[in-house]
Amino acid sequence: MGFAIDLAGTRHRFADLKALLAAASPHRSGDVLAGLAAADMRERVAARYLLADLPLRTFLDEALIPYEADEVTRLIVDSHDAAAFAPVAHLTVGGLRDLLLSETVDGAMLAALAPGLTPEMVAALSKLCRNQDLIAIAAKTRVVTRFRSTIGLAGTLAVRLQPNHPVDDPMGIAASTLDGLLLGSGDAVIGINPASDSVQRAGELLRLLDDLRERYAIPTQSCVLTHVTNSILAIEQGAPVDLVFQSIAGSEAANQGFGVTLALIGEAREAALSLGRGTIGDNVMYFETGQGAALSADAHHGVDQQTMEARAYAVARAFDPLLVNTVVGFIGPEYLYDGKEILRAGLEDHFCGKLLGLPMGVDVCYTNHCEADQDDMDTLLTLLGVAGVNFVIGVPGSDDIMLNYQSTSFHDALYLRRTLGLAPAPEFAAWQREMGLVEADGLPRRLSPDEAARLLPPPL
Amino acid sequence: MTLPVDDSPAARLRAATQARIALGRSGAALPTGPMLAFQLDHACARDAVHLAMDGDTLAQLIGGETLSVRSRADTRETYLKRPDLGRALDPGCAPMLDAAAGQGHDLALVVGDGLSAHAVHAHAPALIAVLRERLSGWRIAPVVLARQARVALGDAIGERLGAAIVLMLIGERPGLSSPDSLGAYLTWAPRIGRRDSERNCVSNIRPPHGLSYDQAADRIAWLLNAARSRRVSGIALKDETDMPLLADPNAP
Repeated sequence: MGFAIDLAGTRHRFADLKALLAAASPHRSGDVLAGLAAADMRERVAARYLLADLPLRTFLDEALIPYEADEVTRLIVDSHDAAAFAPVAHLTVGGLRDLLLSETVDGAMLAALAPGLTPEMVAALSKLCRNQDLIAIAAKTRVVTRFRSTIGLAGTLAVRLQPNHPVDDPMGIAASTLDGLLLGSGDAVIGINPASDSVQRAGELLRLLDDLRERYAIPTQSCVLTHVTNSILAIEQGAPVDLVFQSIAGSEAANQGFGVTLALIGEAREAALSLGRGTIGDNVMYFETGQGAALSADAHHGVDQQTMEARAYAVARAFDPLLVNTVVGFIGPEYLYDGKEILRAGLEDHFCGKLLGLPMGVDVCYTNHCEADQDDMDTLLTLLGVAGVNFVIGVPGSDDIMLNYQSTSFHDALYLRRTLGLAPAPEFAAWQREMGLVEADGLPRRLSPDEAARLLPPPL
Repeated sequence: MTLPVDDSPAARLRAATQARIALGRSGAALPTGPMLAFQLDHACARDAVHLAMDGDTLAQLIGGETLSVRSRADTRETYLKRPDLGRALDPGCAPMLDAAAGQGHDLALVVGDGLSAHAVHAHAPALIAVLRERLSGWRIAPVVLARQARVALGDAIGERLGAAIVLMLIGERPGLSSPDSLGAYLTWAPRIGRRDSERNCVSNIRPPHGLSYDQAADRIAWLLNAARSRRVSGIALKDETDMPLLADPNAP
């Protein structure tokens, strides 16, 4: 089905729904690379006019990637909740924007609506939203998940402590972990990206983290971010697996590039659930995503990168995750060129994930070949805090010495909590107080190295 | 004089990682010292990405006959946004390479700026000198200096030079503490369209912090000889060594 509109003396034509969505997307280098971006600014706005008048039902009738060819499309179609959709079934995309911004819509209504929305609907909606709309609508809703800590409550901000080391040195990882715990990070998860792909090493790292967690009785969970097949093997070998990690994307072919199918992810989830390690909840999955992943695997089917990213969230929500993390600036400037594009993408991803009912966190990050710096990250971090992001990443001094990119630091999380009046996950905050790790004002105690070693004795 | 060894738990932890731990805090923020140290490291990395390759000096230091080519990415901005153009040879450079093919070569050596001309300036000439010693019997084509180059640009160059193997020495994406890391990518039977899984890689060449020239040259020479005798490169060669020699997904 083609689309056309006359605007400001020019006729704009779009071959199909995919082309319309791509042209309506704010500018980003990945869509230009894919040959999908609007030819000029007027064409972009023309696409938005057409999108605003498009009935939401269109997305139920017309699949961007054929049902027969793609298991993610089948998941989206087969799991759509028509009853949840009913209250907005008569609306256009523009009408949905007006409704969600209105004061009559609150978090409970958004939560009830989530199963009725498809990724394509929220992606289309996001393309009509200014940054402030992405923040204002997302801030209305909370998505709360639990394992040993409660993540996503209003007034809280959790942190994934990311203690990576280039050769997985246990003492180096312990050093970064203790530094993060002392600075109040780790309530979302303590999660290592391993340098090695071996199952045996994953098991060793899992035991290291589990021993630390038990030694200090920390109400949190650990994760080694290795492939699901490695996690399944580690579970079979008796390793203490709290959360199963997997990178996912928005098409079957892109997921094949990651070496996973929906069935395999389901199998890994069942294996983790069988261990029954969660004390206050059983959200056992940790997913990572990022705009551009499908294009980089040449598995985007001519769909723009932001819509493909939203489709990845359909995969995530099928498995009831504890954490979903969009690693927004990691992929590089050929997908998100500069601070402006990274900022926009981070807000879009958080917005789309939250509207689809996901516990969204954002890795606010960049690489050294991106036109971005710490100031850009401060801006995105602050906006995400206002939007109610569930968690961010904590890396010592923002410098991930294994993955060679810059993320947010333990300090950045402290800044955000302090400036916006946010607390850690409640169980973790109670632990900090019991252990004597915080001052009366909630900031970390200033400890000498010896005092710190007495409070949290390192595993030497 | 012997300095006292600090074996306190804190010191032992501190020594276990290069991560930026124990930075202190000013309120919730980084103290001024570590904040500026970070900015300096980021500035070094950013400048390395945008530094132009100095072909004249490189040609002089490398010695022998050299050829200069460029990719179809005409500016650094285009290079960063369009990796496809950085993999394609500028058509104007083709005749010069064709003319240099002669009866063919055992090896084409390409020096590409990649994401860090700084790395190339610092390490490529010395590494090539050591490599030449280890490859005395090889017929090596004139060294090609390639601007705005991605790894796969070597395929077009090697193919036109009639080389059995292409070795691309290229500046790797700078890390915050490693703005000068050189990578070496080897491809048997270079042809346009080769996949990354068909290459082998020796990365992090940057003495004194990373691999020394001798260590790197040993690994590269092993790979070159193995590729020549097995007539293959990539995954097939990786299986025979413990070294992580496959092309990195973050390759320039």
